[in-house]
Order: sequence, then structure tokens, then C-alpha cells
Amino acid sequence: MIRTLQDHGVHQGIDVHMEQTILSLLKDGERVVGAFGYERERGRFKIFRAKAVVLATGGIGRAYKITSNSWEYTGDGHALAYEAGAELLDMEFIQFHPTGMVWPPSVMGILVTEGVRGDGGILTNKKGRRFMFDDIPENYRTQTADNEEEGWRYCQGDKNARRPPELLTRDHVSRCIVREVKEGRGSPHGGVFLDISWIKKKLPNAEEYIKRKLPSMYHQFKQLADIDITREPMEVGPTTHYIMGGVRVDPDTQMSRVAGLFAAGECAAGINGANRLGGNSLSDLLVFGKRAGEFAAKFAKENSLGNVDNAKVDVAAREALAPFEQSRGENPYELQQNLQEIMQDSVGIVRNETEMKSALEHLGKFWQRVKRLGITGNREFNPGWHTALDLKNLLTVSEAITRAALERKESRGAQFREDYPNKDDALGNVNTMVSKAADGSMQVRREPLPEMPDYLKQVIDEMK
Amino acid sequence: MSTAVFKIWRGDRSGGEFRDYATEVSEGMVVLDAVNQIQATQANDLACRWNCKAGKCGSCSAEVNGMPKLMCMTRLSELPLEKPVTVEPMKAFPVLKDLVTDVSWNFRVKKKIKKFKPRPPDAPDGTWRMQQQDIDRVQEFRKCIECFLCQDVCHVLRDHRMYEKFIGPRFLIHVAALEMHPLDTADRIEELRNAQGIGYCNITKCCTKVCPEGIEITDNGIIPLKERVVDDFYDPFGWFWRWIKKKLKG
Repeated sequence: MIRTLQDHGVHQGIDVHMEQTILSLLKDGERVVGAFGYERERGRFKIFRAKAVVLATGGIGRAYKITSNSWEYTGDGHALAYEAGAELLDMEFIQFHPTGMVWPPSVMGILVTEGVRGDGGILTNKKGRRFMFDDIPENYRTQTADNEEEGWRYCQGDKNARRPPELLTRDHVSRCIVREVKEGRGSPHGGVFLDISWIKKKLPNAEEYIKRKLPSMYHQFKQLADIDITREPMEVGPTTHYIMGGVRVDPDTQMSRVAGLFAAGECAAGINGANRLGGNSLSDLLVFGKRAGEFAAKFAKENSLGNVDNAKVDVAAREALAPFEQSRGENPYELQQNLQEIMQDSVGIVRNETEMKSALEHLGKFWQRVKRLGITGNREFNPGWHTALDLKNLLTVSEAITRAALERKESRGAQFREDYPNKDDALGNVNTMVSKAADGSMQVRREPLPEMPDYLKQVIDEMK
Repeated sequence: MSTAVFKIWRGDRSGGEFRDYATEVSEGMVVLDAVNQIQATQANDLACRWNCKAGKCGSCSAEVNGMPKLMCMTRLSELPLEKPVTVEPMKAFPVLKDLVTDVSWNFRVKKKIKKFKPRPPDAPDGTWRMQQQDIDRVQEFRKCIECFLCQDVCHVLRDHRMYEKFIGPRFLIHVAALEMHPLDTADRIEELRNAQGIGYCNITKCCTKVCPEGIEITDNGIIPLKERVVDDFYDPFGWFWRWIKKKLKG
């Protein structure tokens, strides 16, 4: 899909500014009128004047130690929008994909697609038990197969069969894996087994079938782990994958509460609620990416270029260069690693108040440390510098996640709190909303869900 | 845990040198892990590109012990670690810094290739019908991740620097993907022969050898395209037939 878009896009007369990092959004009064950043190649600052800005920066995976996301997923769009005055909605909802690679250590977290389970892959513990059959939530019981035979028929496209329990929601499968590992039934490297090779009992040409249906998984394991998935099981465990929360936008126009600032895709919130289903982020970004573009274009046509406040640009530039003045400062990679460990351990798959409060204290100290970061080398393509600048965004989103997760004293969707293991109906009717207060501190509040419009109610009634 | 030495090229447009870095290596590590580890602990400003770490984004191309490779898919267990491992930037493109090269030429080339032009839809609902075997054929070329290792190893670009006359294997298979697409109606044969310089390829198959996606660039892409060029321009019967057709039309 990326290539098709790119192949189409290169003929549309679009200017692409590659390898540029935006440090702050520029405002004229209450409206966003551009962006300030630098190009990585030479490290030179740049001002982009714009009548409208669309954020499409993806997620926050780099706040965690184990993630399927690339190094660039540092919550830039979330943090830029927050600083510019937008609200962040439901930041506590982070999806941990149940199947990431766990071994070798260097590939920990790399995604193993849900397709493996969709094509018949099963999860087993070290005793060989298909543990997902042991814990099927009550509300999914009627839609879930209760025997292996039916699950297999579902994977073969039988419309009368119910789906196997391996395909229950990602949060649930992740927690089941964590439970198996914690209780000593995990695989040698701290995960569980995901086996697609067993289908040779069902299909005469299983090897061919697997290679044809899952070519990239076959190669990924063969090349990175020396495992032939047509013959032996994989080892998998949960990995930070996706944030459902993000910039609060108008559902029709995708504009945030800051005029001229739009967001689409993972960095925007709303469409996936408390838990995203597999495949939905692609449809999300196609539909709402298009809408964001159209409404941003409309907004741009209706508005003129605003004024850029040079004094503010100077401040941002000085701040960005500060780490160069401390050549003996702290290593940015070390701080990043410390942050990832705290978020992984204390604001991860299973959460509680004590650990999250301690995480907040750590984050407070990290905010101090980020001021003391030092950089070696010059401004040209300097990853140390980039990491130092990204850290502020990572800290902003980490704090937002933790504060929102503390505020939601219940377990719902992707958030599981062992101190509040059940759903709370009252909290089911609110969103958490994070925004920057006038004094610069981070505010969290609850806001009642908007009433569902009649046309949506009608759609849902029709589905029943 | 043991230690291995990596000789990494450090420098910029004005020149540079190899520097030695010793770092701990553990089971299952790939070259990119070692480079990232060195970057995090010893050389914060060591420039390299990477993204997916799973051989799908095509960012971390470099030359490892002289061979064009994706650093994320090159396991240390494949390399003789008793000797230093050399890691240097791709040589076919200008260096920006350390392992990062300026590959923007590729993007400029791509813009010049005639875009996909599908025939009118086959069905009233705006959809098409295609045979699976026709799809399979171009699907192979669509696997390309644009790592540009094939461009790096192609001697027409690497040694002869014919950037203005030859588009390189990556874009020949891009043209092949378009030309062999069952729905496409555009004709790219004339450009292939002239502006895109397909004749410069003398089928040494180095591109196929380094392709991390295992695309049969030469056999399945370039050679069939060369045959089309030959059919259109050098087949005397074909030429005569077209001349007659033109006369009859005129």
C-alpha cells in the first residue's frame, strides 16, 4: 500500500521534505500557521509557513522497551499538539500486540503478524496445552469456538464456524501469555509457542501453503532466528504496538481544538476506542487521512498565511541547541533506555496505582535530566542530537499515558489494572482528557462521552 | 558474551577513515545491533539510517565486509568475527555522513518513469478482472523495498557513474512491474531504449545476487524488457510490418 501511494504520489506534484524533524508548531494568536524544525542532513533550522498543518506522526512505541515500532515512534505529533494547546484523549489505552518475537534478544518486539493465527496458528505453553481455550471471556463465549476442530474450520474460511480463541482481542491474548509465563509455563526465552507447522496434520501441502500465505514471516524467522516455521513453533510474547489515544479531533474534519491543526492516523484519537481490532488502523488512516487532507485543504483556501513570531522561533532554536553546550552532559541514549524500562515495568500490560505513582516520580526526575543532556559531534546528521530532542516528546507522552492511566480506575479495553480489575460503568461513560494548563503543568480531567448521533444509533440498531 | 571489533567508516563529504570499535556481541545479533550499540555507548553521533529492523523498510543498506547488505538482516554468526568486521556506506551514492548516503538521485529517476495507466474498468462497478498468473508475475517486482543495494552493486552506476544515461536495476524492475501489469496500457519501450539506457546492462546479475527480497531482477525483469526493446526496434520483420501499417493508415 505504501508503494502504491508513493508511486501515485510522485506524479502529483507534491513537494516532499524528507528527513526533517519538526520541533514546534508556530501559532499566530489561536491559529497554527506553520512549523519550526530542522533538516537532519545538515542540521539547519527551517521554518515552514502553512495555512493548515496535518499531523500524521504515528505512535509512541519508543516509550517502551519492547515494541514493534521503529525508533521514529516517539510521540512527536502528540507532544507537538499538546504544546500547541490541543487536547490528548484516552492516552491510557495502549495496545500490546500478543505476538512479538522474543528471541534472539536483538529482535525482541518485532511483530509476528496476526495472520499467523488467522491462518491456523495456535498458541501453546511448554506443556503443549492450547491455553487460550482455558480462559474465554464471558462476553465472547458465543462467538468463540469451543473445540479445536471448529477453530480450524474457521481458519479455512468456513462461515458457519466460530473463531478460535487465539483470535480473541489482543489485550486478552497478551494477558493470557503474561499469565502463562508468570506461572512458569512459558517457553525457554520467556514467551509462549506459536505454532503454524501443526497444520501439516490437516493439509497435504502444508509447507507450500505456509510459505505462500505467510512469506514474510517465513523469511523473518528463517533469517533472524534460524527457525523454519513450516517445521517448528515460534516463540512469541507481547510487544507494544499501537496507541488508541491521541490528539482529540473533530470526527468529521479531523481538526483539533487549535484552528488549522489537523491530525490523522495513529496520532489522532477516537476511532479505535479502548482497543483496536486488527486491520482497523489501515482503514482508519485511509478514510480519515483523506478527510483530514480535504478539510485541511478547505481550511487553507479559506485562510491567509499568518504571521510567524520570530522571538518564539529564536527561543525554540536556542533550546534545541542547548545540549551542544554541555559536551560533558549526560548520554541521551542512557536516559532513553531508563525511560523505556520504567514505562515497560510500571505502565505496561498490567498496571496498578503504586507502580504508576512511582513511575510519575521517575518521570519528574527524567524531566530534570533531559536538561542536562550533552551531545558530541556537530549538527550534521547527528543521531545523538536527534535522540536528545525526541526525548522531550517521549517524556510528554509518557507522562500523559501515566496520568490518564491513573485517572481511569478501572479495567477496560487495553487497560488492565490489577487494583481495579473490573469495568466501572460510570468510567465507561467518560474520556480522559489531557491538556497543558496555563502554568505549564499537565492537567487530566474526565469528560462525559458525547451523545451518539441518531444516524449512528440507527446503524448499530440495524447491526443487532 | 564475547567481544568483536567493528571497523566503521566515519566521515562526511570531505572524506573520512575507518575507526575501530570493540563491542560485546551476543547470540542472534545482527550488524545493525552492533552499530546501534556502538552508537548508544561509544559514538552518539555515529550516523546511520534504520527503521523496521525486519528487512522491510530498506533503510539500513551498507557494505559489510565489502558486500552490499541490509545491516538488520546480516547476522553476526554469518561473519568471521575473529577479524574486524568492516561497515561502510554504499559506494554508488555520495556520502552525507558516516553510513548515510544521499540516495535522492533515485527519487528523481522514479519521477521520470511513466505512471501506471490502467485500461477502462472491465465491469460497470469500476472493477477489473485479472488472471492470477498475470498477477504473480508482477507481484515479484512489487516486493522491492527500495534499499538500492542493486543500484549500489551495479557497475554501470558504481564504477562508470552513468547516472544520466542509465536508471539502474531498481528502476528497470519498476518499469517491468508497470509494463507487465495486465491492466497497464502505457508504452515505455522507447524510453527504455533511449533515456533509461537498458542497453548498458550487460547481465552480470550482480543485482540479483544482492537483492534481499530475492527478486530475480535480471532473469524475470531486465531480460524480458530487453527482448521487448529488441522486438520493437531491431526485428526487421516487425519493423517492416509497422512501416506497412503506418503507410496503410496514412
